[in-house]
Amino acid sequence: MAAVSIKQLTKVYANGFQALAGVDLQIQEGDFFALLGPNGAGKSTLIGILSTLVNKSAGQVEVFGHDLDTDPAGLKRCLGVVPQEFNFSVFEHCFDILVTQAGYYGVKASIAKERAEECLIQLGLWDKRDTAARMLSGGMKRRLMIARALMHQPRLLILDEPTAGVDIELRRSTWDFLAELNRKGTTIILTTHYLEEAEHLCRHLAIINHGHIVRNASMKSLLKELPAETLILDLKKLCTQAPVLSGYTAHLVDEHSLEIQIGTQQGLTDLFAQLARLGIEVLGVRSRTNRLEALFVSLLEQQPTEVQA
Amino acid sequence: MKTAFYANLVALKTIVRREVRRFVRIWPQTLLPACITTLLYFLIFGQLIGSRIGEMDGFPYLTYIVPGLIMMSVITNAYGNVVSSFFSTKFHRSIEELLVSPVSPHVIISGFVLGGICRGLCVAVLVSGLSILFIDWPLHHPGVMLLVVLLVAAIFSLGGFINAVFARNFDDISIVPTFILTPLTYLGGVFYSIHLLPSFWQGVSLVNPILHMVNAFRYGMLGISDIHIGIAIGFMTLVSIALYVWAYFLLKEGRGIRH
Repeated sequence: MAAVSIKQLTKVYANGFQALAGVDLQIQEGDFFALLGPNGAGKSTLIGILSTLVNKSAGQVEVFGHDLDTDPAGLKRCLGVVPQEFNFSVFEHCFDILVTQAGYYGVKASIAKERAEECLIQLGLWDKRDTAARMLSGGMKRRLMIARALMHQPRLLILDEPTAGVDIELRRSTWDFLAELNRKGTTIILTTHYLEEAEHLCRHLAIINHGHIVRNASMKSLLKELPAETLILDLKKLCTQAPVLSGYTAHLVDEHSLEIQIGTQQGLTDLFAQLARLGIEVLGVRSRTNRLEALFVSLLEQQPTEVQA
Repeated sequence: MKTAFYANLVALKTIVRREVRRFVRIWPQTLLPACITTLLYFLIFGQLIGSRIGEMDGFPYLTYIVPGLIMMSVITNAYGNVVSSFFSTKFHRSIEELLVSPVSPHVIISGFVLGGICRGLCVAVLVSGLSILFIDWPLHHPGVMLLVVLLVAAIFSLGGFINAVFARNFDDISIVPTFILTPLTYLGGVFYSIHLLPSFWQGVSLVNPILHMVNAFRYGMLGISDIHIGIAIGFMTLVSIALYVWAYFLLKEGRGIRH
């Protein structure tokens, strides 16, 4: 079953700017889906329309079969939204924010309190339950918004930059939490500028630019399109000249680092064998750029025109 | 159908509970000022100046102005509660919590208005309690008094809601109370009977909606009124309905809150 079905979705703002130009998109139930694009590409507008905060100009939107025009309440019941900006009352206590949010969805106070306790414990905020939201750190506020979005147990969770400005440790724990949530059956749509995050978590992705879907594919198939990857090798001994390697292009970055272009079909065994024969010892290997990032940039570079109304 | 009704009922209770919790949490800003202001009115207009005025329409001056002072407090507080609360939710964007949820516009408006009515009632009780220290309380028609307080609080809560929908900054929420409500209240027969005015100004005064409200409440408390009670209550009912319909369409359309 399609969790989200979008047909010919168009949005023209009052100032004439066309943010979406006939977007078609299908997201299957249970998917972990990344919606990527540069700033101003139309991601937030698309998310805004899905979460009913932005009025569409034309097109059809369905979430689990609930049409936005004919059954908005049904659509909203399926949806949990974690927006990019903090949007809770900063004067209220964390526990109250969650219980109140559940109440908006018709969840009885007694059940809401149990769920609030579960969510706060799961997201490591139980100690802060009686703290006013304004007193939380940025990372805690982000987790509070995730907890709030889960209070009515939505089938579809929309996360708009959920780990923006969050430290690495917290980002990793948020990833684990979201992956587990998805494994339990919640469909997740993620927008992020951290392409490593999308690559790590998502199975499918769409890239949007100038209001058009530039690419919509599975993560695996998209990454296979990458013709080559650039690896940086950290060398044990000083190296003053780039070695000549059969089948590989090597450049010296500095006296201890070597940059090597490697095709997706090429193995690393032959490379290391050649290096060993030349007496070059390798201490570490890392990718110069994130693979998805390289693809993302190349796809956007193929989209020079800007769509205006 | 039944499930949706029950869900909306829970949502309504949630909004009202949140609104009441808000004004109780900040009671020094919400409940206390009304008590202090009214106490000053009692002392200055009632005790100091009132003793020189004597009687008005057969009642001691202080007793005559008490219904108007209670109405003033209800009007100011009901309006102020909803305009500041709803505008704050817009300002902090916590209105999005409500908009993404399946709560109907009717429930959102009713929740905020009931919150305003609760604050209006609280203030009415507090100010009435204070007035007992100064006057003997006549109770002519308690039912009319309650009905009028509810209608007045509802009207000004709806007014505050509509003001908040249009407001773009905090200045916009103080314009109406300062430049419209305060003059209308002072000219609305709180401190005098319109029969003291020349006939032309009596006619002009009848256009002032607050005159109808103050007199309807005065009728409930003292049994006297410059306006026919039926006309006053009918007028207030019509205004409530008109404001509700306006607020509903503004919210449904998403004016000022959806792009």
